[in-house]
Amino acid sequence: MLYSDKVMDHFNNPRNVGVIEDADGVGEVGNPVCGDVMKITIKVDAADRIDDIKFQTLGCGAAIATSSIVTEMARGMTLDDAVSISKQQVADELGGLPPAKMHCSVLATDGLKVAVDDFLVKNGRDPIAGPIKSSDPNFDPHGDEDD
Amino acid sequence: MTDETIRTVYLDYAATTPVDDAVVEAMLPFLGTRFGNPNSLYAMGRDSYRALEEARDTFASAIGAAAPGEVVFTGCGTEADNAAVLGIATAAKARNKGAHIIVSAFEHHAVLEPAKRLGKQGFEVSIVRPREDGIVYPEDLAALVRDDTVLVSVMHGNNELGTVQPLKELAEVAHRAGAYVHTDAIQTLGKIEWDAADLGVDAASFSAHKIYGPKGVGALYLKRGTPFEPLLIGGGQESKKRSGTQNVAGIVGLTKALQLMIAERETESPRLRALRDRVIEGILAMPNSLLNGGRDVPRLPHIANLVLKGVEGESMLLQLDNKGIAVSTGSACSSGSLEPSHVLLAIGCPPEVAHGSLRVTVGRFTTEDDVDYLLETLPPIVERLRAMSPVYAKMFGSGA
Repeated sequence: MLYSDKVMDHFNNPRNVGVIEDADGVGEVGNPVCGDVMKITIKVDAADRIDDIKFQTLGCGAAIATSSIVTEMARGMTLDDAVSISKQQVADELGGLPPAKMHCSVLATDGLKVAVDDFLVKNGRDPIAGPIKSSDPNFDPHGDEDD
Repeated sequence: MTDETIRTVYLDYAATTPVDDAVVEAMLPFLGTRFGNPNSLYAMGRDSYRALEEARDTFASAIGAAAPGEVVFTGCGTEADNAAVLGIATAAKARNKGAHIIVSAFEHHAVLEPAKRLGKQGFEVSIVRPREDGIVYPEDLAALVRDDTVLVSVMHGNNELGTVQPLKELAEVAHRAGAYVHTDAIQTLGKIEWDAADLGVDAASFSAHKIYGPKGVGALYLKRGTPFEPLLIGGGQESKKRSGTQNVAGIVGLTKALQLMIAERETESPRLRALRDRVIEGILAMPNSLLNGGRDVPRLPHIANLVLKGVEGESMLLQLDNKGIAVSTGSACSSGSLEPSHVLLAIGCPPEVAHGSLRVTVGRFTTEDDVDYLLETLPPIVERLRAMSPVYAKMFGSGA
């Protein structure tokens, strides 16, 4: 199993690490028993764009790299665009992920989706992200299902 | 980039070892001019045959076998494990001795997988669990053996924990029930005294590349009279117990490597113990760390397995790798499987803790400086990863 240079770059120099204290939306997914937990905090501007985004992750190299890249991808996006980022897009952006690590990109996109819905629901609006794969008790972290 | 490696510190000697120069030297003629097939009748064949049988004599007496014929050379440790578990169980069942086997929960996969296969082939498989200290207790085995038990397989020195099992007592329990006893002694060979007659086992697996020998060669001790159905069949080499032209160079290397291990053991063993204990003390001095397996149980001199809670092992391994340090971990992510190390789970380590495990194994070329470099490099890495974790402060209190 080999990580791409870009995965290693994001693992070694993760972007946007931390917590936005007065976040508009918070998304925490994963479980320490499985070894992966991701928390994404976002600030949303008046035009429904992600103005600021930070992450914290407990997990392997791929978990940290996917969290880092997803924050870069989502920054400046509309909420609609942000929740439609797929696990494949995340993996592609990183120059590929080993098959056993694809679930890390599911967690990263899920963290973002939960954060967006958290913002919307807090503001009395309808959630838009749809089902959260990694919250499903039947979620197979090694499954190859499409987004 | 953080890739400018300052130095290389190899601390994964339980994974593999470099081939000793003297071993290479002993092997070289058999890769070159002395290339004859030991099964050929002419002079070149006889030359290889003599080298092979000399190696067998030396190896057999080094492990306390009653006769050279009790040593079967194999292609690796995994093959020896597979051959023993499948071969003894199948042959014993064919003699109507029963179809029940017992393996410990923290065996290497090279034993667990064949046991699983036997389970699909009409055998009943029981699992004896080690206790939290990393030891399989004879009374726990006694509770599982039955009249129809044909084979008990318990690893001698555990490859992840380093804990050493009371093999002699376990063998007595199994023999009282009429079962044969196999042990995976791959981590033990050369590290601590190993005497087949004294331990009383019927079969044992060994490997060369854990003791500064080459990869791709192993050995199976098979006590005379032990029922055995060979895994590899064909030309009938190794007294029909393992067909295939013998890897003469590898076998000569394995034997030379074992001789060197035994020759240096008296001085090397305490040196390794001291280095291992330096690793243990150093890591236990870090917050929220623990040692896997009991501190005061019999242990191999070279293996330390610790947990840094709230850190994921693969991240820790990769960060150490950036600094030139090679170690291993039992986290799920490192293995590409869903669960963390089955060995750590077997001794009752909760999965969320097992994900933070770090196995450090020292060897012939490890120095005190190497250990100190690890102990200087590790704490900032752990602090950084904990600070990046959304749950560390919640789970383990402040310090994040």
